Amino acid sequence: MSQYILEMKDICKVFPGVKALDNVSLYVRPGTVHSLMGENGAGKSTLMKCLFGINIRDSGTILLEGKEICFSNPRQALDHGVAMVHQELNQVMTRDVMENIWLGRFPKTKLGYIDEKAMYTKTKEIFDDLNIDVDPRICINKLSVSQRQMVEIAKAVSYNSKIIVFDEPTSSLTEDEVDHLFRIINTLRDRGCGIIYISHRMNEILRISDDVTVLRDGKPVATNRAKDLTTDMIIKQMVGRDLTNVYPPKTNTIGGVTLEVKNLTAEYLNLHNVSFKAHKGEILGFGGLIGAGRTELLETLFGVATKKEGDVYKNGKLIHNTNSRIAKINGFAYITEERRRTGLFNVLDITANTTISNMKKYMINHLYLSDKLMRIDTDWSINAMRIKTPGQKTKIRSLSGGNQQKVIIGRWLLTKPDILLLDEPTRGIDVGAKYEIYQLMINLANEGKTVIMVSSEMSELLGVCDRIIVMSNGYMAGEVNAKETTQEEILTLAAKYV
Amino acid sequence: MAEKKKETGNNSWFRMRIDGIKQRNADYKALDRKGKAKWWSEFLLRNAIYIIFALLIIYVQIYSMTNPSMKHAFLSFPTLIDILKKSSLAMFLALGVGGIIVLTGTDLSAGYIMGLSMCVSASLLQKSDLSTKMWLGMEPWPILAVIVLVMVICGIVGAFNGFFVAKFKLHPFIVTLATQLMLSGFLLIYMAWGNGDGAQLSGMTTLYKDITKGTVQMFGTSVPYYVFYAMVAVLIMTFIWNKTTIGKNMYAVGANPEAANVSGVNVGMTIIIVFMMAGMLYGFSGFIQAPFVGSVTPNSGDGAELDAIAACVIGGVSFTGGTGRISGIVIGVILLQIITVALQWLGISPNLQYIIKGLIILVAVAIDMRKYLVRK
Repeated sequence: MSQYILEMKDICKVFPGVKALDNVSLYVRPGTVHSLMGENGAGKSTLMKCLFGINIRDSGTILLEGKEICFSNPRQALDHGVAMVHQELNQVMTRDVMENIWLGRFPKTKLGYIDEKAMYTKTKEIFDDLNIDVDPRICINKLSVSQRQMVEIAKAVSYNSKIIVFDEPTSSLTEDEVDHLFRIINTLRDRGCGIIYISHRMNEILRISDDVTVLRDGKPVATNRAKDLTTDMIIKQMVGRDLTNVYPPKTNTIGGVTLEVKNLTAEYLNLHNVSFKAHKGEILGFGGLIGAGRTELLETLFGVATKKEGDVYKNGKLIHNTNSRIAKINGFAYITEERRRTGLFNVLDITANTTISNMKKYMINHLYLSDKLMRIDTDWSINAMRIKTPGQKTKIRSLSGGNQQKVIIGRWLLTKPDILLLDEPTRGIDVGAKYEIYQLMINLANEGKTVIMVSSEMSELLGVCDRIIVMSNGYMAGEVNAKETTQEEILTLAAKYV
Repeated sequence: MAEKKKETGNNSWFRMRIDGIKQRNADYKALDRKGKAKWWSEFLLRNAIYIIFALLIIYVQIYSMTNPSMKHAFLSFPTLIDILKKSSLAMFLALGVGGIIVLTGTDLSAGYIMGLSMCVSASLLQKSDLSTKMWLGMEPWPILAVIVLVMVICGIVGAFNGFFVAKFKLHPFIVTLATQLMLSGFLLIYMAWGNGDGAQLSGMTTLYKDITKGTVQMFGTSVPYYVFYAMVAVLIMTFIWNKTTIGKNMYAVGANPEAANVSGVNVGMTIIIVFMMAGMLYGFSGFIQAPFVGSVTPNSGDGAELDAIAACVIGGVSFTGGTGRISGIVIGVILLQIITVALQWLGISPNLQYIIKGLIILVAVAIDMRKYLVRK
């Protein structure tokens, strides 16, 4: 038997016009975590899709435990013990946990009906084994993202998988949940599984990995032992140049109070008595765990969620954002957390995606819309945001995550806002694009706008914000100065009311 | 000339098209042989529905030319005008329901809303000396007042549909099914009011007939006025869909209602207005259909919505929402009528015609959905 549990040799894959994979090789040793890194579009996902038979490779061989394999669909891969925990969880939301795990291969009794009891005990066994605290009978849509991910891992384990691929598993987890995830991954590794781990988060990679393979533009750059690497080295390999700073220098100066929130409480959501002030030219961060009420706060401020009580003052004037239209008129802009669900109009082109919030401006004689004005504004947005696109009429779904995010930011900048609410603005975006978005935020603050940002990445909050307010279970847990605080202090505050 | 226009760059629409064609040409040239073969198979599949239609038309044309019993060839002005006439009658409903399909909805009440308009128009515009008149002793209303009245009534019914869809988040299928049922009941009651016999209305005034069915001589054949009304409706709807906020908002709500809401689009109002516009179009359609049918019954509009929905789907208005153009709907309506006329020319039995129509709709939707399939 060979020293590797999985060998992918010289994989090539060509899409019309693009060479997505160019002689990429990946060797995974049993009992190790092998990280796969690269910017968006570097070919990580394509490589994995070739492994699972979602894409058919043009050339190259794949050996699993020394035997050549060629899967034609993910189900086959699962049956051979190759499983994947997807970034976007594909689960049947209206069914319970154990049904999701055993879907398609329900244990049956002798009479041919589904054996609920066996299903329950088997699920429970796996959960106990992996230290997952979830009731197998509970409906999936009652679970948090992290719990759903645990369920997905349990599903992979239930197939007795030898290879488990994690695709950006931590992008929506808090630090605590990440710790739990890593404990589970370590358990799996100690059993001799080969783990392929895909993530953008450097510190995690170095914490969990044994080996690191970096891809760039569909070509393999290097494979190294993780202990020989540093964050800077990985970034250098990924971008092909030195990215000396992950965060741009902060040049914004803070002015007077622009936004004052007093005792804001939401009617239906978990948000109580939040009071804070934000200043002109300031980047104010909101930290905390998932479900701490940060998104709820922004939604309530913007009028998408119903306010129960509390006052919001802008420049000393009491305002009532009862819906998004009034919020827009009051100079607010809101870039939402889940880009795909609440930000993008996938089937529409860039022009429509850019101009949708600003239609009144393009009206001529209150009668019809001017294509020319819309084109000019879209051009401005494409240039100012440095959006990489073939043209204005390109459908937005064909852009990369970073460019999509820039289109949405451009959409809101066109409404000339004073107060920007950014909810996880850099989620699912590669390092280079992240830097550009940080720079953009600082530029906006320089122009005298108030930027309010929610993020689950603590280093990001520390790197970009001036002040950080930490939320905990719907309440404000405390406020810290970004220059003086530490990650430990924020974590302590985040757990205050849990 | 074309080159010059491009250089000055004044005509953006024109420049965009030219650039698009050039880009596509360059893309095509960049492909290798395998890619080119794939491109062609894609092209054939994507346009399968139009290719089928083209073949059908060619076949009927040859058939009509070689068959001595035919008075004239299939592709001739009389047939084309006939198709145009039939299309114009069907156009209003398709224009209305198209917007609702862009919102990922559907409208089952379209036919009965049109029926409502037919009954109301007919009852108010019966000849004053008719003995079987529904409202005995009442003079016919002014034509314009009737048009406004039926469009307002039907607009209200449409807005009623939209209200339940927008405010209670009900699926349009359910809401419009309920409306359809209620309207069918109401029409039976309405037709029995006054002196009505509850079964049918006829004997409309000459002015009413003239203003709808009256013709002008063009291309050696007579073209009825309603063809021009349909053209105006197409122009107005093209304007609304492409040049107004409500149109842009409609696409956005159809593509992603949650994102639209966050972007400051009044989602509820957009839905209500789109349904209301649809209702008004059904109303006008009914006004025109009444004298065309001659004798209006409570279920005159029954089933008309299905043809309208089919036309939209053939014309590329996707049920997944957010896509579709008025030009597509117009093509869809005309194609559907072409097939009806062509099948009649071939002397195919009406029963078989239904089967063929059904198959064509199925193929159209399958091709449409193919675009959204995730390629593996």
